[in-house]
Amino acid sequence: MSNPSQAPTVDLKLYRRPMPFGWWLENGAYFRFIARELTCIFVGLFTVLTLELVQAVGRGPAPYAAFMARLEGSAYIAFSLLAFAAVLYHAVTWFNLVPTTVVVRLGGERVPDGLIAAAHFAAWAVASLVVAFIVLRG
Amino acid sequence: MAETIKLTVARYRPEEQSEPTFQSYDVPYNKDWVLLDALNHVKNEIDGSLTFRWSCRMGVCGSCGMMVNGVPKLTCAVPLTDYRPSEPVRIEPLQFFPVIRDLVVDITSFLGKLSSVKPWIIRDDVEATEVAEYRQSPAELDDYKQFSMCINCMLCYSACPVVGLESEFAGPAAIALAQRYNLDSRDAGAEERQDVLNEHEGMWGCTFVGECTKVCPKNVDPAGAIQLYKMATAQDWMKSMLLPWGAK
Repeated sequence: MSNPSQAPTVDLKLYRRPMPFGWWLENGAYFRFIARELTCIFVGLFTVLTLELVQAVGRGPAPYAAFMARLEGSAYIAFSLLAFAAVLYHAVTWFNLVPTTVVVRLGGERVPDGLIAAAHFAAWAVASLVVAFIVLRG
Repeated sequence: MAETIKLTVARYRPEEQSEPTFQSYDVPYNKDWVLLDALNHVKNEIDGSLTFRWSCRMGVCGSCGMMVNGVPKLTCAVPLTDYRPSEPVRIEPLQFFPVIRDLVVDITSFLGKLSSVKPWIIRDDVEATEVAEYRQSPAELDDYKQFSMCINCMLCYSACPVVGLESEFAGPAAIALAQRYNLDSRDAGAEERQDVLNEHEGMWGCTFVGECTKVCPKNVDPAGAIQLYKMATAQDWMKSMLLPWGAK
């Protein structure tokens, strides 16, 4: 005898749409997200290049001069331009997301998102100016 | 003749089909209607076999979520006039969920994820409300109020590609709900929830696409909840590593 308290079970033939390989091309927001993730590669590569520079400086004037000469090659200039664009995109998209991750309360009120993002952009501009001053000074 | 608009609706009849197809219906372009009204017109006047969920018709029950032109929407909250009558409106079941029939999806996995984060107040010293009260200031209420507005409509799951790629991912609403209780001054269950959520399938599975927050009809901001949860967990970990007395 069947148990009346038990709901009848039904065999469902569910349809599961497979996730297409190009899922990130189907939606502008997904594409921008993947673009942001891919710019990490350039951020990483530029960091490696900077570490190499530090290493060259540590080795003395001749290795440093050789490293700087290498950077003047057209391939490195093209890479630098590409990396600059990628880092710029990465930084801007991340700073725009910061208000979601940082909640600041002043006097019981939540600081508006726009102000938090603006503060980060301002700090970035100040840091860039300081670096530019140090580099271009001499 | 009155103006009409074409709805192109996904149909899946498991007894007849192995995968969904589309069927078009012309409905009146009634400026007082929301999309759900147009679907109910199809159901009542044109094709009674069309199957979809709905209940409250006022953005509270969270039943009528569907993909509208590829975007997760609560169909009771979308005026028909948001769409031009010259272009068909494509209506599909919420993506990343298995489809039972037409626009009805299987939410079993979602319900399991929701309960796994223990979305209730956890504390040892619970006494009957007749003898004890658990006071909370307006400021303490503000800490979690936003995250308590979730209506479990699952639009955020349909907006999140991680849900589609990793079926075990707890997902935006469940993590936001965990955070809702973690931030509640009356709750002491954060550590228990941490066991579930401090995992790759938990908060660390989130790659911060941010679409969950954009589609949320209640402005819950699940993406924000998850990132705050990550920040708090990372800070606790740093403290436990750097400070001799740990994170406590």
